Amino acid sequence: MSTVPDDLKYSKEHEWVRADGDLVTIGITHFAQEQLGDVVFVELPEKGATVRQFSSLGVVESVKAASDIYAPISGEVVERNVKVIEKPELVNSAPYGDGWMIRVRLADKGELAQLLSPDDYRSHIGETAGAGGD
Amino acid sequence: MAAEAPTIRRTPLYDKHAELGAKMVTFAGYEMPIQYEGIVAEHRAVRGYAGLFDLSHMGEFFLKGRGAGATLDRLVSSDIAGLAVGQARYGLLTNDRGTIVDDVIVYRISEAEYMVVVNAANIAKDRAHVLAHLGEDVAFDDRSYGTALVAIQGPRAVEILASLSDADVRALPSFGVTQARVARARATVARTGYTGEDGFEIFVTNAEAAKVWDALLAAGRAPGVKPIGLGARDTLRLEARFSLYGNDIDETTDPIEAGLGWTCKLDKDFSGRDVIAAKKAEGPKRRLAGLVVQGGVARHGHEVTQSGEVVGHVTSGTYGPTVEKNIALAYVPTPLSKLGTVLAVRIRGKDVPATVVKTPFYSRVTR
Repeated sequence: MSTVPDDLKYSKEHEWVRADGDLVTIGITHFAQEQLGDVVFVELPEKGATVRQFSSLGVVESVKAASDIYAPISGEVVERNVKVIEKPELVNSAPYGDGWMIRVRLADKGELAQLLSPDDYRSHIGETAGAGGD
Repeated sequence: MAAEAPTIRRTPLYDKHAELGAKMVTFAGYEMPIQYEGIVAEHRAVRGYAGLFDLSHMGEFFLKGRGAGATLDRLVSSDIAGLAVGQARYGLLTNDRGTIVDDVIVYRISEAEYMVVVNAANIAKDRAHVLAHLGEDVAFDDRSYGTALVAIQGPRAVEILASLSDADVRALPSFGVTQARVARARATVARTGYTGEDGFEIFVTNAEAAKVWDALLAAGRAPGVKPIGLGARDTLRLEARFSLYGNDIDETTDPIEAGLGWTCKLDKDFSGRDVIAAKKAEGPKRRLAGLVVQGGVARHGHEVTQSGEVVGHVTSGTYGPTVEKNIALAYVPTPLSKLGTVLAVRIRGKDVPATVVKTPFYSRVTR
């Protein structure tokens, strides 16, 4: 697993976005889960709620501390990951897979342009650009 | 008395932590490892087999002389006069107001020598407190900065230490203390700890610390000993309901409300005894209660509510990796401290249900 997959977009606050038409999946990055440590609690918005770009959409708590999850884009929540609420450790073990947070119907496709590319995110977290792989 | 240097200190094991890839934080004026592999894995290692801790930040005072026992018996809440050579006891340094200056362990090293282990954040304060109350025929020596403390805790700790020590550590009782060689270093070895597991605390000079640390890590390789940071130390102690000074107890709390009445020998004279005895007789207005929180992790400072009214506050809270629950300690009015009472903890503006439960949250099965 790459620590910064090439097919995603990123926020400076360490969320990732996988776009599929106007539906996007949101999670937190490998770097974020590593910084947090063992995740023990995840709080997510209900289906039908609206999230606004760069505002808090929920919370992840590790043993150490609570951290906000910021919405990388605006839109309506069409699904939240019930599995990650039941098994918060999925955030650590599969941040880009079963540890995803919510699916959102994009309000404004233009917002995607404000996110970081994989290379930009790599330099944001101090990794050498292009250094994929694990 | 020397002024406290404002610099951030390093323990003699600082380089070891760096080699082991620890995340470091500043705690009580020291750069300390908060975690190595991860808090949950480290926590489980201590409960399952063994963990190694650098606790060199803790303070060590030595009181020597014919009057040492009497001085400590007046300063500490528990029965120090009744301590035999080779025994240790937990107790509280209390003040005249009957509140808690620190929680300590007093070790009777020899006929006329005692060691008092104090919290790192309280070294300067405790030193001043003890010096102000020193009796006759007693010499005081603060060796905090020259003494290293390595703890090995967990069910396999005894066999690991036994393989490195010339003393029969298997025969050392709980809260026993002896002089021994550990990896050829002269050490004071005590069967004490802060995890809720069997284990040992090993006091050596700074110069010997790395040798002892390396030997314990190497000897523990087969049972799988892990280095343990302050993060897991906190989850371990909270599951076992050991108080953390500065969080659960301080100079605004008294032993009775903190659930530490058992450490107070009220039929002897010690600082604040009369106040504490009166408090016990009339019953405390609030109590430190154990809570299990149903959604979200309670943290120090969170409000405790009932029907939307603030009734108390959380002093410690975490996810307990062994009990697999969100656990907390909180001061609540005595009538609300009854087991089974349903309260709430206000987490990010939301009142999350929390039930008063029996503590400790975790007790090891003893054989």
